[in-house]
Amino acid sequence: MYTLHVNGKTHSVEVTPDTPLLWVLRDTLNMTGTKFGCGEALCGACTVHLDGVPVRSCSIPVSAAAGKHVTTIEAVGATAAGRAVQKAWLALDVPQCGYCQSGQIMSAAALLARKPAPTDADIDAAMAGNICRCGTYNQIRAAIKDAAADLGHGG
Amino acid sequence: MQARALRSRRDFLKVSALATGGMLVAVTIPGIGRRAIAASTDAPFAPNAFIRLTPDGTVTVVVGYSEMGQGVLTAVPMLVAEELDADWSRVRFEQAPSDPVYKNPLFGIQATGGSTTVRASWQPMREAGATARAMLIAAAARRWGVSPQECHTVAGRVVHADGRSLAYGELATDAAHEPVPTQVALKDPRQFRILGQSLDRLDTPLKIDGSGRFGIDVRVPGGYTAVLARPPVPGAKPRHWNAAHAKSLPGVKAIVEVPGGIAAVADGYWNAKKARDALDVQWDLGANTAYSSDGIRRTFLALAQGSGTVARQDGDAAAALHGPTATKHLDAVYEVPYLAHACMEPMNATASVTADGIDVWGSVQAPGAIQQALAAAFHLKPDQIRVTTTLLGGGFGRRFGLDYVFDAAFVSKAVGAPVHVMYPREDDMHAQFYRPAALLRFDAALGRDGMPVALRMNTVCASIAKAAHMPLHDGIDSFAVEGLTACPYRIPNLRIEWSESEPPYSVWFWRSVGHSQNIFFVEGIVDELAVAAGKDPYEYRRDLLGGAPRYRGVLELAAEKAGWSKPPAPGRHRGIAVGESFGSYVAEVAEVSVGPDGAVKVHRVVCAVDCGRVVNPRIVERQMESAIVYGLSAALYGRITIEHGRVQQSNFNDYPVVRIDEMPQVEVVILPSTENPGGVGEPGLPPLAPAVVNAIYAATGKRLRSLPIDTGALRRA
Ligand code: FES
Ligand code: FES
Repeated sequence: MYTLHVNGKTHSVEVTPDTPLLWVLRDTLNMTGTKFGCGEALCGACTVHLDGVPVRSCSIPVSAAAGKHVTTIEAVGATAAGRAVQKAWLALDVPQCGYCQSGQIMSAAALLARKPAPTDADIDAAMAGNICRCGTYNQIRAAIKDAAADLGHGG
Repeated sequence: MQARALRSRRDFLKVSALATGGMLVAVTIPGIGRRAIAASTDAPFAPNAFIRLTPDGTVTVVVGYSEMGQGVLTAVPMLVAEELDADWSRVRFEQAPSDPVYKNPLFGIQATGGSTTVRASWQPMREAGATARAMLIAAAARRWGVSPQECHTVAGRVVHADGRSLAYGELATDAAHEPVPTQVALKDPRQFRILGQSLDRLDTPLKIDGSGRFGIDVRVPGGYTAVLARPPVPGAKPRHWNAAHAKSLPGVKAIVEVPGGIAAVADGYWNAKKARDALDVQWDLGANTAYSSDGIRRTFLALAQGSGTVARQDGDAAAALHGPTATKHLDAVYEVPYLAHACMEPMNATASVTADGIDVWGSVQAPGAIQQALAAAFHLKPDQIRVTTTLLGGGFGRRFGLDYVFDAAFVSKAVGAPVHVMYPREDDMHAQFYRPAALLRFDAALGRDGMPVALRMNTVCASIAKAAHMPLHDGIDSFAVEGLTACPYRIPNLRIEWSESEPPYSVWFWRSVGHSQNIFFVEGIVDELAVAAGKDPYEYRRDLLGGAPRYRGVLELAAEKAGWSKPPAPGRHRGIAVGESFGSYVAEVAEVSVGPDGAVKVHRVVCAVDCGRVVNPRIVERQMESAIVYGLSAALYGRITIEHGRVQQSNFNDYPVVRIDEMPQVEVVILPSTENPGGVGEPGLPPLAPAVVNAIYAATGKRLRSLPIDTGALRRA
């Protein structure tokens, strides 16, 4: 039995200790916004925040997440950075198929929470772990810059 | 406005009143998708698109296409809204049949692919919008006791000449009872106010907060998750497996053998995958362990040296190659590997097999084909197969495949419960729905003026048509030669041949299909001819495209926007390529630099497209860019290889794709055109690889004739 704090709610889950956080979210808690892409920390589709730090939930066993605070795409809009990122994503119409975008938004929100005015190199470093097979990278970069500008204006 | 007689309206359009008020327009869009069976004229009315106009003024367009990023959930409603003169802020989409009220299958043969959506919907959906508009005007005129001629429409209202007006919502119920007009007027395109605008996508809000439902998110009460152990080599048979051990693991419900392999069925993905891994299946691998990429290549090469089935013949290439006007000869071999689609959402589907039929939920491109195939396999009628299409996490042709749907149906039947079959990424990559590996040999001769006298090409690859149970024509699989047979250059003696070779690795539709390799071949070869002629590769193409104005139009536009006439920044080099696919013409200029270690960096891609009339320019631009990135991943890294019969790649570590830090600047320009719309999901891809390879030639003097790009060959000692 593990206790997880997800998006401000506390859950007790009965799963084997090696179960990745991703599958606890998706299959046990039925929160499907966080996506599965590779299972090997190679694509970023499963990115969530663990105590504010972006992690690949497919590669974090539930035992390592127990007791910590997990934020997912379903609630990232409650943070200033997450809200700014979602707003910029909407304004620039970033998504195509949309499947990678939960992970993209989680990585971008974590970047902006840490670095309110990221350089291109910062964006490369923070976002290179997130694959988009639809190729929305240039829109992602532009939206991160817009979100940063928005946050800078006291948003 | 121009009045236009409609096709037999009984076959195409019906209007009815909604029980709760408002009107419903049901439309049949014929021939959706490459695999579609066109509705025959005596077929019963089988609508596959709907427009609902409710008293609150909302226009809901029920879209029967698969949304996989290409924007159909926005583009199709735009077609309707334009001719309906709707208030765009009141237009919604709905995916069909996603609601339980659609228990009856509304869809006949249905599929999304081949960049066909807008092309197929362009006429019928505009006519449907115009029909509803005419009926709304008639209802308003009747209520006012005036002639319909005195009324017009503005953004969701019918307006009388004297200034009074009624909102569509107030008229919808009455309008449903007006006679359906036999003729409707379609707008002169100069009057368009919605079509041609970069309107925001209607599906974006679902895709930024985790609420959009993809196939992988389907949850059916009482359902299980299954992961399969699959043959590691084509044709391998399971001999022994440790079912008892796997069954004893936590959460495991059953271990069952199905045609696709041995399925571990559990209460969720993780337990199912662990049980699958614990099965420890011993396989009879069979004879296919003898296959390797090297061996396949040797077979292809031997076939390419001979001759194949002729797909196009102009003049007499064999004679002209050695005729008196041939002064310079070139010959070489081009080749490309198998490619996986690597859609972001791994293959998965949910099925529930019950006494009265099969329900399927998932990210699929061809619900119609699923109905037919499952009906045949399970001895049911097609209308007993109910398919609910979710959002697709990428399609690229892969989701025409029915493998994962069949797996879900067979496992559901075996365990008597709904089952969600999931492919781990490794299974997805091994599943063998590959872009065919291909090898082409060409022989060319130039005349004294440097212009081509003769070109002979023989391409070797497997048949996608056969894999998809589609017919060949005169012994030719058009997918094998598309992009070659369309060769637009002025070459008096041209011979194109196809030699079929069928290794046991199954081939499939992959974004832009045969064009993906064949335009790489042609555009590399033409570049070689230009170099041999001592001409500029752009000018040379331009000269040879005198009779092909749409090709030439995009070629000139791309060159102009890229600044072809001026030298690029120091260290950068340019390459150009052009191609047509799915009715759209695209030219691209790539700007690259090559490091001393051979590393290739693509800095900038300029893309000019003529896709006929444009529904939504921003969607067109994004689709071009998307295809450019997809093509760049293939050009730089894409390669599925075979050793001892087994596929060597498994995940994004050994099948890398372009990431944000490698992303070039992309500039898309749309050539204004009044032609009917062409496809936009795929045509941006084929010119990318040859543009990059031609730029590498400009940078290094090394002609790369195979993909992915071999940076080792570019290393400077
Ligand atoms: S699914 Fe976790 S990084 Fe790909
Ligand atoms: S939007 Fe489709 S994978 Fe990123």
